[in-house]
Amino acid sequence: MQLPENGLVAVVKRDCPTCEMLEPVYRQLRDGPGLTVFSQDDPTFPEAIGGAHDDRDLERSYRLDVETVPTLIRLEGGREAGRAIGWHRGDWEAVTGIEGLGADLPEWRPGCGSKSVEPGMAEILKVRFGDARFGARPIELGDYDDPIEATYERGWSDGLPVVPPTEVRVLRMLRGTTRAPDEIIGSIPPNLAPCTVEKAAINAVMAGCKPEYFPVVLAAIEAALIPEFTMHGLLCTTYFAGPVVVVNGPIAKAIGMNWGGNALGQGNRANATIGRALQLVIRNVGGGIPGGIDRATLGQPGKYTFCFAEDETDPTWEPWPVTRGFAAGTSTVSLFAGDGVMSNFDQISRTPDSLVRSLAMSLWSIGHPKKVQGHDALLVLSPEHYRIFRDAGWDRARILAEFEDVLRKPGSELVRGAGGVMEGVVPEQAEGMLSKFRPGGLHIVRAGGQAGLMSAIIGGWASGARGSVPVTKEVKT
Amino acid sequence: METRLLDPTAESAPLMRPRLDPPDSLDGKTVALFDIGKARGSVFLDRLEERLSQQGLKVRRYAKPTNTKVSPVETLQAIATECDLVVEALSD
Repeated sequence: MQLPENGLVAVVKRDCPTCEMLEPVYRQLRDGPGLTVFSQDDPTFPEAIGGAHDDRDLERSYRLDVETVPTLIRLEGGREAGRAIGWHRGDWEAVTGIEGLGADLPEWRPGCGSKSVEPGMAEILKVRFGDARFGARPIELGDYDDPIEATYERGWSDGLPVVPPTEVRVLRMLRGTTRAPDEIIGSIPPNLAPCTVEKAAINAVMAGCKPEYFPVVLAAIEAALIPEFTMHGLLCTTYFAGPVVVVNGPIAKAIGMNWGGNALGQGNRANATIGRALQLVIRNVGGGIPGGIDRATLGQPGKYTFCFAEDETDPTWEPWPVTRGFAAGTSTVSLFAGDGVMSNFDQISRTPDSLVRSLAMSLWSIGHPKKVQGHDALLVLSPEHYRIFRDAGWDRARILAEFEDVLRKPGSELVRGAGGVMEGVVPEQAEGMLSKFRPGGLHIVRAGGQAGLMSAIIGGWASGARGSVPVTKEVKT
Repeated sequence: METRLLDPTAESAPLMRPRLDPPDSLDGKTVALFDIGKARGSVFLDRLEERLSQQGLKVRRYAKPTNTKVSPVETLQAIATECDLVVEALSD
């Protein structure tokens, strides 16, 4: 049904008491200047005028930008010349130019929400009526194709099912950022393929992200592209490691991330899907595919996804990004090139001196117990372990300083052949004391449930200038 | 059912996946002869088996229980794990 060039148009729905109340007014207008009515839910309504034009597909409502029903519009020369929303006799009289409309009706009644603006409908209608424009290639599926199977067949999955990236879902994901869909974030290794915000959104949809996670995903991608992080080498390596994503600041709480019990485990959607989105971007946009350029000997389960938030609830603890130059309270994403989680299950230490030595024993085994300075480590300190340091007055700086002291061994114990093990440091390093980590190579964050005298150690990939250093990026909108 | 997806890749590969190239040589290869159950498919495959065997190739025979239904997964898995190539007798 075309709109009249000149005349009155009303958009209504039966499921709206105000629309129903106005049946006498519709009749009055139809019999007077004429009225074209569109019904969003039932074309037999309003019965008083023998029904309406069918707008159950909501095209007319969408194109007229109707947010409330009833909406009355006066068209002149094909252009809108007046609009009344809900029922207000004065407004309707002004739009129609007719006095005494609905004389027996109340002066004013609010309308109801238009079906075209119900939650999620905006994107559906934009796609349905061809107003959504995408840069990505569309893939048409047959009526009997299973969309999830189709994503597997095209090699888009990390092995687990992905959410099929429909146009509506991608449009919704793009609403999670103010950035333009065609903005190029950077070139994703290994193929150095340009990644637009839209391509990131498609992969975030597949990972299962909600739109409000998307700024974190974008920051994670940007962080991965900082040259010092060496994403290309990390995805190619035979070593276990992959990007470990640590989120800080208000965004972590806003999107419901987990820094408490099971923070490194399963069960939290934001934790699970943000890390996965980054890996899917590397896989799909960059072409970093296991068995292809990803040559991991064993890999580790964190390469599906490895993302958590740091616990910033204890004011005595300085969050990790603050030590890296970011103001407290800034939302950030930090990446660490890490492998799996190793436990330190010390239930007995009650002094900081004992605990720091105890944790150091585990830290020595990162990479190899007889090798030094090749790998960083990320220590995830649990609340109960941190409490032992805190109660003794040890802050982050003191803890790190004490670790530096205890993470030293005589080269003679580590040299190749010592202890009957051929692996170890080269003979030139046999004299003197050796530090386990390069300067600044031990990183600490706080996370975990309130109960449990245990901490986690995430070993790093090749570190420093010859490998990867942790990077941090602010989360923007 | 959703019928239109957006490509998450760099779009450097065509939508249609290219066929695998045939091997340069059949030396040492095991060939599956797959009868889908259409009339006289076995005649064609018998002759092929004879010719391939004369060349010294290993040949294994497989058949679908009926031509009207898709192959059991076990049969496809057996072909994929036991053979290097497959020749399918498609029609009568």
